[in-house]
Amino acid sequence: MLAEQEKSEAVPARVLPLRVTGIVKRFGDVNAVSGISFEIRPGSCYGLLGPNGAGKSTLIRSIVGRIHLDAGNIAVFGHPVSSAEARADLGWVPQELAVYPLLTCRENLQAFGRYQGLSGTKLTDSIAWCLDWASLADRANSPVKTLSGGMKRRLNMAAGLIHRPRLVLMDEPTVGVDPQSRNRIFEMVEALRNDGTTIIYTTHYMEEAERLCDWIAIIDHGQIIAEGTKEDLVSRAFGARRSVTMHMGATNIDLAAWAAARGGAVQDFVVHCSVEKPAEIAELLESATRDGLEVLDVTMQRPNLESVFLHLTGKDLRA
Amino acid sequence: MIGTIVQTSFRSLRRDRGAFMMSFVLPIGFFTIFGFVFGSMRTSSTPRVTVLVVDQDHTDASRALVRGLLREPSLVAMTHPSATKENPAPADYTAATAEAAVRAGDAPVALIIPAGFGANPIAFGPGSARSTFQILHDSADPVGAQVVAGMLQKTVMTSMPATMASMGSQYFDREIGGLTPQQRRQMDQGLARLRQLQAQQSAGTSPQNNANTDFGGMVAVNVRDVVGEKKRSPMISYYAAGVGVMFLLFTASAAGGSLLDESESGALDRVLSARVTMTTLLLGKLTWSALLAFVQLTIMFLWAALVFRLDFFSHIPGFLVMTAITAFAVASFGMLLASLAHTRAQLAAFSTLIILTMSALGGSMFPKFIMSDTMIRVGYFTFNSWAISGYQKIFWRDEPIRSLGPEVAVLVSSGLVLFLLARWFARRWESV
Repeated sequence: MLAEQEKSEAVPARVLPLRVTGIVKRFGDVNAVSGISFEIRPGSCYGLLGPNGAGKSTLIRSIVGRIHLDAGNIAVFGHPVSSAEARADLGWVPQELAVYPLLTCRENLQAFGRYQGLSGTKLTDSIAWCLDWASLADRANSPVKTLSGGMKRRLNMAAGLIHRPRLVLMDEPTVGVDPQSRNRIFEMVEALRNDGTTIIYTTHYMEEAERLCDWIAIIDHGQIIAEGTKEDLVSRAFGARRSVTMHMGATNIDLAAWAAARGGAVQDFVVHCSVEKPAEIAELLESATRDGLEVLDVTMQRPNLESVFLHLTGKDLRA
Repeated sequence: MIGTIVQTSFRSLRRDRGAFMMSFVLPIGFFTIFGFVFGSMRTSSTPRVTVLVVDQDHTDASRALVRGLLREPSLVAMTHPSATKENPAPADYTAATAEAAVRAGDAPVALIIPAGFGANPIAFGPGSARSTFQILHDSADPVGAQVVAGMLQKTVMTSMPATMASMGSQYFDREIGGLTPQQRRQMDQGLARLRQLQAQQSAGTSPQNNANTDFGGMVAVNVRDVVGEKKRSPMISYYAAGVGVMFLLFTASAAGGSLLDESESGALDRVLSARVTMTTLLLGKLTWSALLAFVQLTIMFLWAALVFRLDFFSHIPGFLVMTAITAFAVASFGMLLASLAHTRAQLAAFSTLIILTMSALGGSMFPKFIMSDTMIRVGYFTFNSWAISGYQKIFWRDEPIRSLGPEVAVLVSSGLVLFLLARWFARRWESV
């Protein structure tokens, strides 16, 4: 899989923001991660997509050093993930609001900065940068509990960047925020990427991955099942085909078998499949009518990441 | 509908182990403790008063009295310290050594049988020539001296029948004018029988006569405080420590619980993924918790000084030592509870159960002098007991800091052990 990437093998390890090599993690009899390997190029935004239970959280916690691996290793800019050097270079924005609710924004940033070993002018400057980056300068002295959901999310992100790491792992940073705040967060991530920071971004929203990520990996059953640019993934999954979505009426017929026979999948009476040419839709409709299925509506579109994800995992990303 | 509501509530309670314990285990546990403390007062296990007996008279009468006191079931009478390996045959107490022992807290009361007691043991009215007993007591135990005084009157009556009758005869001769020769013969015969009986009782060969015939005031008693004569209230420093430590334990438990909050919010993961190790984190939490406890106790004692005139400012060095070690021990205890609990609710339930039990047994809720010996011994397994003991030494007995050796050793070592255990259990928050 690595050979397929447009990544330079010549990038020295100390320059490579992240190299994950054959990591395995078992919990009892369950293989949460089964031999995942990938690399991330400097300055890129690497999207990590996967349905719930795919092993994404275990992979993320492994990268931030919160899990002992059964096999394999992870290096951040050439340093083992548990080393002080790796911790200095890696920032983590957890999915939870991992801040102190009774402290102000500034006090939170102070605390997390000190936990990262910052002090004096360096800490002061870094707090100022974070408040500015997260557009929270005017709320610097407000207790976290008085902030809006979007502001809390932005502070949560800022706390992960207080030590100005070169590699940042953002775990669903837009969960539970309104569209306006989400847009502000996109701008923050883009600003960070434009500054040359390497980003690992996990999300359940395809439009976020499509907008922000220049490289995407899809993980399922503890393995990376596809990796590449968005265009690569679509092309590999569908070629020139178009994706078709058919909403069916309630039926006793085995819809899954019907969809599978046509190279598709079904979810809640919605059949997802693909066609080479638009004219093939007529054949699908005829086939459905012949088999006693009621087609409520049909849409055809160019395949996107959502289609790829569904095609590869058989699940909706937000399922 | 109501049945469903009841059923739902029952299922919720049954599955919430913390709430279940608070509802059933805690009340029963407390009832048991109070039962042991107060329920035993009508039984033979009534708390006994330790009294050091000094015989300055050395007559048959005084020896009979000492033997009577030694037999008295409500007293633990001692004429000399317990034998040790270094001193297998300790000398009998003197007035000075008994007073020193009371001052040191070895016993709450000392009784001194004065010289001349045998010659004139009891009196039937004011103005009669009689010796005065001395009761030296530690007023931190307000019950002990009264119990000993009462038991003394009783023992005089029951352990010296011949002396009683003889003195009565003399009183009769003096006040009424004497007996006829026939009456005198009969009286002498009766006295002879009583002397024989008194000799048998002293030798322990006759059944003990526990008849409670309190004539009152047969012997003169002078009660003197030998500890805290100039202090306002013996119980102020006791309860400042007792109540203070109980609430300290709750505070330390809550402070330790911040680990659970941070674990739940994800902040703990974030902190541990930075340059902070679990040991550093726990040490930081321990330091905070101990500082908080230190300030709480200081405020408690300053309040006692302000409102109850506790002599705080002349005991500051001892206070600092006791407060530092107590704060450290309770902070470690809080860390251990937090590292054992998995949720805030669990922590609240366990800490309430353990802290209230420790406080009841350790003397934070009721004074030790009303507890049985067994309860007092069990109390030694609590921080409350050791903290109270140390503060009493400083504020009540005016003992020097070096006397705090046992308290320092117990509280510091148990604090260290609890912290190490907390560190051990906190491994679950580290990388899995």
